[in-house]
Amino acid sequence: MIATHLPVLLILAPLLGAILAALSRNGVAAWLIGLVASALTAAVAFALLWRVQAEGVISYRIGGWAPELGIEYRVDAVNAFIVVLVGIVAVLTMIFARRSVLAEIIPERVASFYTMMLLCIAGLLGIAVTGDAFNAFVFLEISSLSTYTLIALGRDRRALVAAYQYLIVGTIGATFYVIGVGLIYLVTGTLNLGLIVERLASLQSSRGLIVAEAFIVIGIGLKLALFPLHAWLPNAYAYAPSSAAVLLASTATKVAIYLLARFLFTVFGGHIDVGSIAFGSLLIGLSLAAMFLASAAAVVQNDIKRLLAFSSVGQIGYITLGLALANPTGITGGLLHLFNHALMKGAAFMAMGAIVLRTGTAKLDELAGIGRVMPWTAAALTIAGLGLIGVPGTSGFVSKYYLILGALEAGHGWLAILIVASSFIAVLYVGRIVEVVWFREPAAAAREASEAPLEMLLPMWGLAGVTIWFGVHAEWPAGLASAAADTLLRMVP
Amino acid sequence: MRLDVVLRVATKFMLAPLLLFALYVQFHGDYGPGGGFQAGVIAAAAIILYGLINGLGPVQRIVPVGLLEVLIPGGVLIYVAVGLASMLLGDNFLDYNHLAHDRIHGQEWGVFLVEVGVFLTVFSTMIAIYYAFAGRRRS
Repeated sequence: MIATHLPVLLILAPLLGAILAALSRNGVAAWLIGLVASALTAAVAFALLWRVQAEGVISYRIGGWAPELGIEYRVDAVNAFIVVLVGIVAVLTMIFARRSVLAEIIPERVASFYTMMLLCIAGLLGIAVTGDAFNAFVFLEISSLSTYTLIALGRDRRALVAAYQYLIVGTIGATFYVIGVGLIYLVTGTLNLGLIVERLASLQSSRGLIVAEAFIVIGIGLKLALFPLHAWLPNAYAYAPSSAAVLLASTATKVAIYLLARFLFTVFGGHIDVGSIAFGSLLIGLSLAAMFLASAAAVVQNDIKRLLAFSSVGQIGYITLGLALANPTGITGGLLHLFNHALMKGAAFMAMGAIVLRTGTAKLDELAGIGRVMPWTAAALTIAGLGLIGVPGTSGFVSKYYLILGALEAGHGWLAILIVASSFIAVLYVGRIVEVVWFREPAAAAREASEAPLEMLLPMWGLAGVTIWFGVHAEWPAGLASAAADTLLRMVP
Repeated sequence: MRLDVVLRVATKFMLAPLLLFALYVQFHGDYGPGGGFQAGVIAAAAIILYGLINGLGPVQRIVPVGLLEVLIPGGVLIYVAVGLASMLLGDNFLDYNHLAHDRIHGQEWGVFLVEVGVFLTVFSTMIAIYYAFAGRRRS
């Protein structure tokens, strides 16, 4: 019985967990509930992946209503891939969160913090599994509203400003998305992604669809921090509580990228008239701008969390570049980079969370020599940094290799050169961290610190470990990404 | 506020009809415009009106903060529980067909229970927002 309900159980586990955590009103109980709920979520996510690999697309009708009337959850190779990523990150973040939350959140808000974490996870997974454009909007709002709260719970007062900034920008993004969905509903009469694609073939005029594409791309672009729309991201990541930053950096933007890919390739790619207005070339330009400008901005940051946040904007550029190439290798590279980047950025933000716990600061100049007292944490940060550069032997190398192959396949040799060139900017910002952390004499903050507790090191090294493991044995994630890319390009939702 | 006899008496007259109207909107949701969301807002408006006239202390004796913190997730819990019940009865999530002896009554019961959950969450969230603003001291 459970097997048929997997797609909805994926949402119910964190949702029910959130309700129980809120009702418990007790920090310890809420953490335990969060841990169990996220572990269940991860288990369901893997079960879904196996079922999709064995049997193909899974469709689930909420309330038993047909897709024409009701909401359909539809899991294929693309969202099974995303769901597994969110599941892995969710459970590791929960393990990591306990100590960091005890130090950063005032006690009576701890239960609400876990409630919001679980709601955010439920919302993100909901966006990933639903096959209904409007239902995706509802889940987008669930995840966004809980994200605003999570950011605002940061101990720095600037967290409130960051949360407010993201609230305004995020609301504009969600509004644009829903306007776009409304226009699609106007021209096709349905909200189900599969039915939209079917009905596009008999469309008289593509004008409504073009306007819808503009609204939806800008709306989701705000959510995924596509280059000129990224202004909310650095402050949000820098001032959010450490464990919230881990969750957001590794999942929130990634799920938004998934949604963009779904719309670009299934809804908008499926119609010939719209295909000619080539959003792809614009996306290539924006991705390149992100890769160079945002990475360059990362080089001059003094706060390591902000540095990593700007690096995220740059790395998102690689992912969208892969999507813009629109050939199987390029999309595989983009999706693989999405997966790898989530894991290594998760490791980096966990390392920063541990450093903030032990020293109380994330400023680069105050953290000189921290590697000598927190070697394991600093090593995980370094491995994640090497992954961000794309050094051979880390997973970042594999995904960039696919991207370069994809660029060459598309006949854009210059793009391949630019991908390599932009990686050198990553060498600069990672190099700054490595130099300060390892090679300088320990500063005051470092002398008083000690190694992070084991319960933080374990999830951190889990992520740092897979960054290396998937750099050497990339078959599993690359296979998943390439299956997802094929599904996207076949233009069947 | 002790001297505002007109306001206090007028409020006293309005509270009961407001709550009754909320219940009407709640139960009429099956047949026409209305439902848990609108009813929750109307019922919360009654409580907030009482708070505006009598102050934060008296209104929190009627609807304490602790009660709100249970009701907000409690409403969502009712919604999820209805969905889980339909799963245990062998249907999909939120499929109400087997909640009663036949399909029509099952659907009616299902929507009714979900709307009760919506009512509780909206009602208590509205009041919680009011408390949050009203409870701020000028600094």
